[in-house]
Amino acid sequence: MKDTSTTHRPWERPLLQTPFHPRLEALNHEADWAPWSGWQTALSFGDTEMELSAIRSTATLYDLTPMVKYRIHGPGAEAMLNRLTLRDVTKLKPGRVQYTGWCDDDGHLLDDGTLFRLGPDEFRLCCQERHLPWLLDSAIGFDAEVTEVTEEIAALALQGPCSAWVLAEAGFDVSALRPFGIMEAGGVMISRTGFTGDLGYELWTSPDQALPLWDRLIQAGAPRGIRPIGSAALDIARIEAGFIVAGVDFVPAEQALREDRALTPIELGLGWMIAWEKGHFTGRRALQAATPRWALVRLEVEGNVSAEGAIVYRGKTREVGTVTSAIWSPTTKRSLALAVIDAKLAESPDLWVEIYAMRELRYVKLMQRARPAPRPFFAPERRRATPPEMT
Amino acid sequence: MASNILVIGGGANGLACAFRLAKAGARVTLVEAAEQVGGGARTVEFAPGFRASGLAHLLQGFDARAAKEMRLERHGFQTSAPLATILPGETPLTIAASGELSGAAPEVTEEWDALTARLNRHARRLAPFRQLPPPRVKGRNDWMSLAPTALGLGRAGRRDLRDLMRLLLTNAADVAEDDLSDPRLQGLLAFEATLGAWAGPRSPGTLLLELNRRAMGAPRLPKGGMGALAGAMRRAVEAAGVTLRTGTRAERLVIEGDRARGAVLSTGEVLAADQVVSALCPRTTLLGLAGAAALDTGIVRRATAMPFRGGAAKLHLAIEGDPGFGPGVDLGARIVLAPSVDHVERAFNPVKYGEATDAPVMEITCPTAHDPSLAPEGHHVLSIIAQFVPHAPKDPAAARARFLAGIKARLEEAAPGIGARIRHEELLMPSDIEARYGLTGGSWHHGDFAVERMLFLRPFHEAARYAAPLPGLWLASAGSHPGGGVTGTAGWNAAGQILRAA
Repeated sequence: MKDTSTTHRPWERPLLQTPFHPRLEALNHEADWAPWSGWQTALSFGDTEMELSAIRSTATLYDLTPMVKYRIHGPGAEAMLNRLTLRDVTKLKPGRVQYTGWCDDDGHLLDDGTLFRLGPDEFRLCCQERHLPWLLDSAIGFDAEVTEVTEEIAALALQGPCSAWVLAEAGFDVSALRPFGIMEAGGVMISRTGFTGDLGYELWTSPDQALPLWDRLIQAGAPRGIRPIGSAALDIARIEAGFIVAGVDFVPAEQALREDRALTPIELGLGWMIAWEKGHFTGRRALQAATPRWALVRLEVEGNVSAEGAIVYRGKTREVGTVTSAIWSPTTKRSLALAVIDAKLAESPDLWVEIYAMRELRYVKLMQRARPAPRPFFAPERRRATPPEMT
Repeated sequence: MASNILVIGGGANGLACAFRLAKAGARVTLVEAAEQVGGGARTVEFAPGFRASGLAHLLQGFDARAAKEMRLERHGFQTSAPLATILPGETPLTIAASGELSGAAPEVTEEWDALTARLNRHARRLAPFRQLPPPRVKGRNDWMSLAPTALGLGRAGRRDLRDLMRLLLTNAADVAEDDLSDPRLQGLLAFEATLGAWAGPRSPGTLLLELNRRAMGAPRLPKGGMGALAGAMRRAVEAAGVTLRTGTRAERLVIEGDRARGAVLSTGEVLAADQVVSALCPRTTLLGLAGAAALDTGIVRRATAMPFRGGAAKLHLAIEGDPGFGPGVDLGARIVLAPSVDHVERAFNPVKYGEATDAPVMEITCPTAHDPSLAPEGHHVLSIIAQFVPHAPKDPAAARARFLAGIKARLEEAAPGIGARIRHEELLMPSDIEARYGLTGGSWHHGDFAVERMLFLRPFHEAARYAAPLPGLWLASAGSHPGGGVTGTAGWNAAGQILRAA
């Protein structure tokens, strides 16, 4: 077979395998793989519903390695990131994490992600899409260096109500770690972050420490029924928590071919991030001048059918938007959706979704009422409690 | 209008801009880093007793509105009559300022007359664009001011308009070779179209550069050198009430509340202003004065990506006695040494690879033929613009030596024995021009002047209408429309936009 590992034609290269792959492969009996940013990742380990159930009731492990990671460091890193992102980075203390976003000149969202402050001049930015050219150009004029470190860091998400108990059992004392906090323990960095809206942690280590860490957590979690999960279960959990994904719920501005498809953070419900008073950041002038045309809303849909890809109507007749993500939520026992609709109708009581449900090779067409939900569909208190529940 | 305006940079554009703003009632302060104003329009003593225009040496297309309102003549500014152009050779060809060719066979003259009439007709139709802010590609345009220009194009008639459209993006060599048969006339067109450009005559879009040059009118020599223009503009600006501060550099802008509010000067002083105009190059203004932190990343990207590729060098020679171009060559004319299209193209080839040509093409003026006071008695000064040299040569010393030897060899052919009569010489390579005049990359036009950097693309579309992408900051250098040459038009147009916005 042709060796394509060093090819100049990267699309011919086989997907990368993460440092956890030897364990994942053994567990993925149905070989349910999917590509993610050039990596081979598990969609499920055979039973998505059980995996979701574990996220909400016990503890789960998810291989986070393909998450794109940048190291930004130097005396000017804080100023550079303050100019890049929407939130006030001067208020981000070392050992803390910000969920943040960043825009192009037109104030359209390029991506959202988490910004870790590891030291006064040391940051890590984690996100869905690749942004190296934009980050390098954003560093012009600042005393800061940007490097991509995705492959240098192995990462696991340990999520679920038992996750603090599992960590304690594995020898990590996280009792003092608050949400969006970071700690270091024996070569592993632990942050209280996640994408499930539940109690959970993310663990970051070097690739050579990946398998020992996996084994340690699986062993410690065995009494609580810890199980690996794939992206399908995580996707349900994140919709329950109301989190958005680049490329799914919004088109990253750099990828939008149609001029009107890129949206502002205000339109995507991230307006709370914008630190208007912090000084200049890219897109600020455009955002100040912009009038929101769209609004990302959470919808609770009547009935028990997922509204994936549905068109949103007002009064059953006028098209006003599109569902971007939807699920039947086993946790809340509701049909939930995220949708981008006409901003003027964000709180309208007269919204409907038209669902085409394929039932044994025939479409069943439903027009279901959809109610905007002011809060995330699922947000248990335990996600915030410090010290965390030890169950 | 009673606002405080700070103008940074005292070249022709900065001076024209400051004048127009002051005349409209603004309190204007102009800061210039050098001891004298003028920027690229300066008269320098390059050797004891020998003076020449230090950079630009011909006045072509100076803004008529600025000249009139600034009353430059009343302030003592005089120019020669429009210059003829001479192409030396066994039988020199002379092209009068009117475009009339003499010294050639009747059929050659006929071709020349036809092409001249055709190019001039197109140039006249495009000329009004120079005086307007560039039209917007998107959004509202001021059709009241655009209408006459657009109508002028519309009246051209279908056949003429089609001809213009065909010529707009073509290259100068094709037109020269299609329509002319004399190699020297072909060479002249090739040379003029690429003078000051980073392009050879076979590069696309070069014919438009020739049309732009023709739209600027005939070249003239200023009496006393280009410094005399700067002096007259200085007097006009002072008479208009502008506070001039030479020898003072603006180090960086003061930005408060998301607006340019003034500048920190080299004296340490902070000069507050309601509006800041920069006649420095757009990149220096945005990245150096304003700073990336005050701009969006996309703008920083644009400013960083701007090409600054000066390909022209300036040579000053002090000659004892007559330069020796022989009878039939009027020293008061502009002498062009570019014997054919291929000579120009070949001179351009090596710079693409960071090397200098050893067979340059050049434009020579002899300012002492008009103003003997520029040199001691019995001596002449030659002011020469020679092309092409790389702005960043692989081996600067070798490039310089090779290029200078090439110029001298060409001169020797045109004026036998001239080498022995050279008493002093000063060669400014693009890097020297950058160091002396602050022109990034040695680019005379504050950024490549080419079809992809014209009108609403100059310096780039987000900043094309003189307003910088930072509130309170305006761009008024040759890096903005309508580009290079000592014209003052960018400054004049920018002032118009500032007044309109007020």
